[in-house]
Amino acid sequence: MKIVIVGCGRVGASAADHYDRAGHEVIILDSLTAAFDRLPSTFRGQALRGDGTDEDVLRRANATGADVFLALTEGDNRNVMASQLASEALGIPRVIAKINDPLRAQAYAELGIATLCRTGLMVDAMDSYLGLPASGLPGMLAPSGHHDVAHHSGPPGVAAGQAATSPDGASGTAPSTIQEG
Amino acid sequence: MFVLVVGGGKVGYYLAKELINAGHEVALMEKEPRRASHIADEIGSIVIAHDGCEGKYLAEAGCNRADVVAAVTGDDEDNLVICQMAKHHFDVPRTIARVNNPKNEAIFRHLGVDELISPTRMILGSIEQDIPVHELLHLAALGEGELELIEAHLQAGSPAIGRAPRDLSIPDGCSLFAVIRDGVATPLRPDTIMLEGDKVIAIGKSECQDLLHSQLIGEAVAADA
Repeated sequence: MKIVIVGCGRVGASAADHYDRAGHEVIILDSLTAAFDRLPSTFRGQALRGDGTDEDVLRRANATGADVFLALTEGDNRNVMASQLASEALGIPRVIAKINDPLRAQAYAELGIATLCRTGLMVDAMDSYLGLPASGLPGMLAPSGHHDVAHHSGPPGVAAGQAATSPDGASGTAPSTIQEG
Repeated sequence: MFVLVVGGGKVGYYLAKELINAGHEVALMEKEPRRASHIADEIGSIVIAHDGCEGKYLAEAGCNRADVVAAVTGDDEDNLVICQMAKHHFDVPRTIARVNNPKNEAIFRHLGVDELISPTRMILGSIEQDIPVHELLHLAALGEGELELIEAHLQAGSPAIGRAPRDLSIPDGCSLFAVIRDGVATPLRPDTIMLEGDKVIAIGKSECQDLLHSQLIGEAVAADA
């Protein structure tokens, strides 16, 4: 699989190394070159400096056509924005955003992004170790909906795959989104 | 109307102030405590010193009864999340986002933000109106700086429209080699008819510019040269 990772912190670097060892094609982005020091010298994937919330940067990094996109920076909102660009503008089929705020993690799962909430995962891990009942906080959530494209006038104009689920996807009008000029 | 403004920079501050003067109910969220208390000193206790991206604090600020949410922080990703949370989690009827990177306008609109304000785009539009667009555009200097890569945008009045390169007197040491039409670049052959709106790409010595200008754009820049 082709896997794009945004954010080369501990989690991002570990995931990149893990998927690289497993034989996947890995592209990892971070806005600081120093972050790539976390990658082992054996890493065979691509490490590129750039802002993962910038569509131009993602395209230049050749993220288009990836099978999986993981937004793992320290900023919840950066992860939300990067993953929505990946899913809606680049048409990447499987996208996961790390969102530590449980409320936002829940809300974005309902808006169509798989979310990973460290807060919930850690509390539940502690509960499980201590033999206490689970917290009910979100952990790893699968997408349970899609953002409501019917609300606004423009057709979704997203890459293939989304079109089938969009109420006005077949309207044939010029795509409203992304890639101008 | 109850307006929730998120982001207490200059934009948020003056926006809140004007809205209050116009008689609206306003709450302003600013996460930086010192900035928040400074604004509170100036315009009263409408300031909530918390991060407007956090669902919990949006709820406390009364987001669920807001008529309008205006996300005017300096970070596009924050403004997007604030508007999406307001719209989808709190059912706010009208969301407005400040967009710094004009490229983000399309995705914000697609993701359900009702109105976008892009200062970058507005300033850009204003500047572009003032720049004469009929000049030759210098793309790059090549060689030892003796050659230049030039783009000429053919607009009404250009003597090249309806003609092919072989019909023009192209100066020696200069070559017209490509045309961009409807966003597609194709080689410019001696018999390719040029159309209005074409962008012709040329390469040539710097001193050929005046002649190129008169052939592709119209009146020469320096008639006395």
